[in-house]
Amino acid sequence: MPQITYREAVRHALAEELTRDPNVVVMGEEVGQFQGAYKVTQGLLEKFGPLRVADTPISEAGFIGMGIGASMLGVRPVMELMFWSFYSVAFDQILNNAANVRYMSGGQINCPIVIRGPANGGTNVGATHSHTPENVLAAHPGVKVVVPSTAYDAKGLLKSAIRDNDPVFFLENTMLYGEKGEVPDEEYLIPLGKADVKREGKDLTIVTYGRPVIQSLAVAELLSKEHDISAEIIDLRTIRPLDIDTVLASVRKTHRVLIVEEQKPFCGVGAQLTYMIQAEAFDELDAPISRLCTIDAPAIYSPPVEVEQLPNPQRILKAALALLD
Amino acid sequence: MSKKPSATIDKKPAAPVSYGQAPVNASLTAEQKIELYRQMVRIRRFEERSHRAYTGKNAAGGANIGGFLHLYNGQEAIAVGCCSLMGKHDHVITAYRDHGHAIAVGMDTKALMAELYGKITGCSKGKGGSMHFFSPERNYWGGHGIVGGQIPLGVGLAYGVKYKGHKGSAMAFMGDGAVNQGAVHEAYNLAALWNLPCVFVIENNGYSMGTSQARSSAGELAKRAEGYGIAWAVCDGHDVYEVRATMDKYLTIAREECKPAVVEIDTYRYRGHSVADPDNTYRTKAEIEEYRRTKDPIQVFQAILLAEGVLTEASAEKIDEAAVAEAEAAAEFADASPYPTAEDIQKDVYWESDNPDQRTSQGRLFFN
Ligand SMILES: Cc1ncc(C[n+]2csc(CCOP(=O)(O)OP(=O)(O)O)c2C)c(N)n1
Ligand SMILES: [Mg+2]
Repeated sequence: MPQITYREAVRHALAEELTRDPNVVVMGEEVGQFQGAYKVTQGLLEKFGPLRVADTPISEAGFIGMGIGASMLGVRPVMELMFWSFYSVAFDQILNNAANVRYMSGGQINCPIVIRGPANGGTNVGATHSHTPENVLAAHPGVKVVVPSTAYDAKGLLKSAIRDNDPVFFLENTMLYGEKGEVPDEEYLIPLGKADVKREGKDLTIVTYGRPVIQSLAVAELLSKEHDISAEIIDLRTIRPLDIDTVLASVRKTHRVLIVEEQKPFCGVGAQLTYMIQAEAFDELDAPISRLCTIDAPAIYSPPVEVEQLPNPQRILKAALALLD
Repeated sequence: MSKKPSATIDKKPAAPVSYGQAPVNASLTAEQKIELYRQMVRIRRFEERSHRAYTGKNAAGGANIGGFLHLYNGQEAIAVGCCSLMGKHDHVITAYRDHGHAIAVGMDTKALMAELYGKITGCSKGKGGSMHFFSPERNYWGGHGIVGGQIPLGVGLAYGVKYKGHKGSAMAFMGDGAVNQGAVHEAYNLAALWNLPCVFVIENNGYSMGTSQARSSAGELAKRAEGYGIAWAVCDGHDVYEVRATMDKYLTIAREECKPAVVEIDTYRYRGHSVADPDNTYRTKAEIEEYRRTKDPIQVFQAILLAEGVLTEASAEKIDEAAVAEAEAAAEFADASPYPTAEDIQKDVYWESDNPDQRTSQGRLFFN
């Protein structure tokens, strides 16, 4: 199977959907002539022309709102946020309009928009540029939230997101754009709402998504080699809809759970998961559910300290060992 | 492709003498003029040194500076001209291209460079980085990373000045791309409606990242003020005298009459949007060279001061050498300083957690 980067996987998904469906348009800041701030959309303007791939002014509320309005008429906009951190400028459009219009119209209006871009720490861009809003977004019924960790998942999930009839928020990761993975040439889709067991194990379950999946896989390797511990890694892939069944099946097998998320702890995705696991599988647990998050403060700039603030292999290893103690 | 709908390259060959004769400039002593020049040179040299640090490696083989680095080269006359007009109750706020303003308000370049290096001795203790410099004691309120987000804060500073009964102003700086943020328009309206002493400064360098003004903005930028009944002007930002003369007019109106204004200052950035910008999709090398050759604010002002007999080639050389040495010393200081520790991550989040003795709220503040 060919190896391509996560960045290319996203790009290929966009190109394939632009080719397949004339209603799909790609818009955002610097997506065209500049070839994308992170080069995700490289070459798309040349291939599809300025009507399908459009550069916008720095007006997130305006262009995201415009995309939502266009989607109500059946256009399928895929809007790039240069960073998900800038979603706050368009908060009203995203969470009042996109999330609610179907409900408030009694189901008459669909909103098939995709908003995508990176949402992560680790590149020392400081507190204003490092938000990970998957929990904030997923708190709103009516929206879907996807956080892919590999090239394969990114491509298959983005294609499904573009075909979905509800608003889908797709959170990528600048630290993963250069990571390569196997992606088949043939077309494939990955349904939204299906977790993936990235590694099977029997001693503990690590439930995670996004970049910490990659880190957890490395830690699982260490655990197996140096500590004779077998960790199962579950990649949620989609935060809403949430595949709790896959998580519960794993809990029934390993009886110990560590949740790893690149996000602040308060009301995070892990808090929701913890509630659901204890509610549905309390008797299966041999230890309290453990959780590793980004240290609870705005993102620090200082490069070596930001590494400490985020989940990292050392912190994950420590948490995993403590859970088995 | 030219940077603006009508390129301004040959608008003015050299700074006209008339701006030098504006009272705010004519009243300057030779020492004060040299000081303006020195500030611009110090900014240029600081930026060049930080660029070198960004692209180089530290002793451990790692990066000296992480994240973004948006350099101010080419725009120096704006920060220096505007900040040189500040009195006790005049305040400044800007976006992420904030090093020039920081130096112009008098921040210590050692603390600035240390911030870029992410060190605890930095002006924000290594927490903010390049985009988030602050110095409230010098009326410098940042350093803000979200395009346009600082502009309502600028109006708030103006409101605060007026509310407290001070005779002062706020200068709210933004780029030509920021004018398309909704928050800017809401801020304009408030400033006009409530008669707030805010001078909005658009540093128009022709591009927002890789997008030229013509590709991002409808109509004329400063003229949008008309819709709010706000006075506006456009001026040449390559000539520090012109910047001072124009800004003095509107700052005086702001202080005396509590009226806002929008001043668009024409300028150019020599470097890419940030150091990571390959700068190869949206403008030509020839365009950059043309600006450097004919409009460089330091060269323009040096020529003026030489003609005025205020500066000599030799004294200009000395100023430059001192600026190079200062930037080098700043880099050495930054390099030798320690990083914050993991314990520092949760400091400076709440006033109450930093002042536990005076805490009045109850319950848990942190969650891990
Ligand atoms: C709300 C928001 N959208 C996008 C960005 C990314 N971004 C940072 S600077 C910039 C260009 C701004 O250009 P301009 O206002 O002209 O200022 P200049 O960089 O030229 O000084 C963009 C798009 C951001 N920081 N904030
Ligand atoms: Mg600009």
